[in-house]
Amino acid sequence: MDTLLNNLDLFTTGFKNTGILFVFSAVFALILGTIVAAMRVSPVPAMRAAGTVYVNTVRNMPLTVILAFFALGYPKLGLVPISFLSAAIIGLSLYTATYVAEAIRSGINTVPVGQAEAARAIGLPFLPSLLLVILPQAFRSVIPPLFSVFIALLKNTTVAAGFSVLEAGAIRQNLSERGEPAIVGLLWVALIFVLLVIGVLSTLQRYFENKWRVAR
Amino acid sequence: MSSLLFDVPGPKARSRNRVLSVLTVLVVLAIVAFILLRFAQTGQFTAAKWRIFTFPLVQQTIVTSIGATLGAFATAAAGSLVFGILLAFGRLSDRSWISRPCYGITELLRAIPVLIMMMILYYGLPPLGVHGITPFTAVVVGLAAYNGSVLAEVFRAGIESLPQGQKEAGYAIGMSKGQVQRIILLPQAVRSMLPVIIAQLVVILKDTALGFIITYNEILFQANYFGTQSQYGSPVLPALMVAGVTYIVLCLLLSGFAKWLELRLRRGPKAIKAAPPRIMADA
Repeated sequence: MDTLLNNLDLFTTGFKNTGILFVFSAVFALILGTIVAAMRVSPVPAMRAAGTVYVNTVRNMPLTVILAFFALGYPKLGLVPISFLSAAIIGLSLYTATYVAEAIRSGINTVPVGQAEAARAIGLPFLPSLLLVILPQAFRSVIPPLFSVFIALLKNTTVAAGFSVLEAGAIRQNLSERGEPAIVGLLWVALIFVLLVIGVLSTLQRYFENKWRVAR
Repeated sequence: MSSLLFDVPGPKARSRNRVLSVLTVLVVLAIVAFILLRFAQTGQFTAAKWRIFTFPLVQQTIVTSIGATLGAFATAAAGSLVFGILLAFGRLSDRSWISRPCYGITELLRAIPVLIMMMILYYGLPPLGVHGITPFTAVVVGLAAYNGSVLAEVFRAGIESLPQGQKEAGYAIGMSKGQVQRIILLPQAVRSMLPVIIAQLVVILKDTALGFIITYNEILFQANYFGTQSQYGSPVLPALMVAGVTYIVLCLLLSGFAKWLELRLRRGPKAIKAAPPRIMADA
């Protein structure tokens, strides 16, 4: 308990940055993932191909490599300098977006074909039928997989600790510099993550599942 | 399926799709060209930056580090499969003093980030008097614990999705519960859940790269080391390109093997057509 209370500043900063990483990456990944999923079911062959190549490339690369690209490689390109925090957000968003896209695409496949046919029958073109008819239903049925993706994202934010972002994963290093025992700090971090995942995110998931249950 | 989202395009839609296709290709090409241009302008493609990879010793080191990645992957994969099966059987046990702790362990391990688990093993345990923890053991045990708990849920879902008759038939010919689980339910569950299991194995392969952060000598760690060699012009991006391509190739090989295995099993004599539940791999 002392380790937590004496270094509360470290834990607050760490988990605040974890929160920033999580919220921004989740929003960007959701937007990008939805666009990629829409591209992968679109009638335009080139868009489908582009979406597939993106998903297959990024999904087969470790998150650590992607973060290394943005944190260590990007500064070498002489473009607009970005902070390590922004680099981590970009990397996490690009990586998580592929999982979001796959989850939404599997959700689109669960919507009955009749829905798409009905949308076309009343004259809706592809994009409006996707946005007004298919996606709202697909989102409801992908709440559980989408939340597992977000839980994975929350845990993945710790990887940014390897790339100079002071977040939950980096607390240990800073504790060691203050001469505190590593194991106690790490167990506190683990406990907070358990509370966040089981306590907060799983509760939110149950709430949304009940609220948006599809009546069929 | 997704192709039913739109009708077979007529002449008008075809020409529109063609225009959109060309536009997409142009946008993608523009992005790729911009990246390549930046790479070229900052001299990432010059021979000097790639010279380090021409030395036999460096090439040997890369092969060794690929071996290190694969070694950690194979050990962790075997460990997580065994641990996952044990946890799944534990959760399905009729005795609540077995099933409850197993449920607790599964939920707990799934909620802790793998990296934190590896750090607990690597930085946390030695000061408590636990000796002999190398980066390798930390990576393998961390991965096996986390992925084992994910696979346990996969196995359990697979077993529970099987038709009730399978279990009853087993009991009817006088098998014990253990025999039914082992001989009848598990093989069928593994078959129907194979795509998810393989996807999780790909996750294990990718997560060995976390060893980079706790100084395990794998592909990314080596790449980062080469990237800092200033007498060869600090080839960070070339080294990362090598690492990235290596991981993609390894993962695609694993997925390809999985597809081949799945086809083989499909052709097998006793393939059961039970609809597998929708479960996705957990990154």
